[in-house]
Amino acid sequence: MVNERIFFRIFKDKLFKLSVIGFCFASILPLLFILFYIFKNGIAVINWQFLTELPKPVGEIGGGISNAIVGTVMLVLISSICSIPLGIGAGIYLSEHKQGKLSYAVRLCVEILQGIPSIVIGIIAYVWIVMPLRTFSAVSGGIALGIMMLPIIVRSTEETLKLIPESLKEASLALGVPYYKTIMKVIVPAGLSGIVTAVIISVARVAGETAPLLFTAFGNPFMNINILKPVNSLPLLVFNYAASPYPEWHALAWGASLVLAVLVLTLNVLARIFTKKWKVQF
Amino acid sequence: MESPVLKIESFSASFGEHNVLKDISLEVTRNKLTAMMGPSGCGKTTLVRCINRMHELVPNASVSGKMLLQNEDLYAMNPILARRKIGMVFQRPNPFPTMNIYDNVIAGYKLNGIKISKGDLDAIVEGSLRKGALWDEVKDVLYRKGTFLSGGQQQRLCIARALAMKPEVLLLDEPTSALDPKATSRIEELMIELKNTVTIILVTHNIAQAARTSDFTAFIYLGELVEFGPTQKLFTVPEDKRTEEYLTGKFG
Repeated sequence: MVNERIFFRIFKDKLFKLSVIGFCFASILPLLFILFYIFKNGIAVINWQFLTELPKPVGEIGGGISNAIVGTVMLVLISSICSIPLGIGAGIYLSEHKQGKLSYAVRLCVEILQGIPSIVIGIIAYVWIVMPLRTFSAVSGGIALGIMMLPIIVRSTEETLKLIPESLKEASLALGVPYYKTIMKVIVPAGLSGIVTAVIISVARVAGETAPLLFTAFGNPFMNINILKPVNSLPLLVFNYAASPYPEWHALAWGASLVLAVLVLTLNVLARIFTKKWKVQF
Repeated sequence: MESPVLKIESFSASFGEHNVLKDISLEVTRNKLTAMMGPSGCGKTTLVRCINRMHELVPNASVSGKMLLQNEDLYAMNPILARRKIGMVFQRPNPFPTMNIYDNVIAGYKLNGIKISKGDLDAIVEGSLRKGALWDEVKDVLYRKGTFLSGGQQQRLCIARALAMKPEVLLLDEPTSALDPKATSRIEELMIELKNTVTIILVTHNIAQAARTSDFTAFIYLGELVEFGPTQKLFTVPEDKRTEEYLTGKFG
């Protein structure tokens, strides 16, 4: 009787362990399937021309996505320029002022901003920037993406800097170093790996966004490097081509998906490397 | 008699409603080691943090009374200047983790943007590390990160970093409380050596350490300065009953 009960307990124990391991594998599977599928369909169209040429009109074979790659880079640059200084600055304030009305308000707003659907951010950028300028533009798309990056950068900067021991700040201040230099030359460098990681992750996150670009960057079948004109981007291209009735365009959409996936993966791996390599020992 | 380096006159400090220091007056003599002794929470750390105005980091801190550094009012000075004249070493070694040993020593110059020639910097680094009794151990690894050193070495690095600014007064806030006995005795030897060049104020809860190293001792209890005098006198014939009780281990 006793033996039986122990056996049953051990059985339950094993079952639990096995099912947890099973869940682990189950959560890896979606990514593997996605990557497999994208690779299978996309690898065929990827070649040098695909990366360097412009799209061709319907019916012609070949053509590339160079305009979308350039557009994506432009959008990411604009959004980074807008959101990185702002995000790091606000993050520094939050880590320095753990309490207080302004910190509370900023934290709340940033959290809510993170939850706002990306399409809504796109519409806001449309109303604020596209309508006054009377044209779709890279700038409006970049700002929409920047708004999406902001919460990630603010929160990660705050969390990273909070972990830096107070004693480091005291060491610097006790040497007669002014407060702003203490922050910029001692505290921020000590937390740099965390901040850089946050920036990379946020870039990876917005690089694949379509919704905020629909009414802002809009898409463009031609090469454009004017920030005040519409530009194409990889996710926009995938969105437009995949919704088209032409099989050649479907193939291009798969190829662009693959490029986008590789880009995002690379950024994530980079982020991990930075975290490890620049980790500061206290 | 020479005028004191640091003169504290009826000094009080409080954090919000909480009165931490009550009407403290004492004089710190040049090139001597003055120990602040007392049980935990008596206010001795607060007192030295008020000397280089680090207490101002706490939002609701307020002080009254006077502190004169060589007859100059510390509280009329810019706190940044005051802190350059008064070096400080903390309980836990806190070298800058992003800098190598060399940069750690001259951090005060680098971070403040004070321009000095490379030769002078080299001289300051070597001189300060020698004063900190660390030169022989680190002269071959000057460009390694300071955080690779042992705890005791890190603390001596922090002392060298403070000395590099050529302070008038060096505040040591329980500098050995995070160190093992061997590193502790090393730091104590160092303190006695350093007296020749700099005035030292040592905070300690270790009675024996105060007795071994200091020339003058202040006994602080519950925010009050109970007794202040030459160490030998205070330890052998204390005037106040509380001092005697503390020294014989009745409380604290």
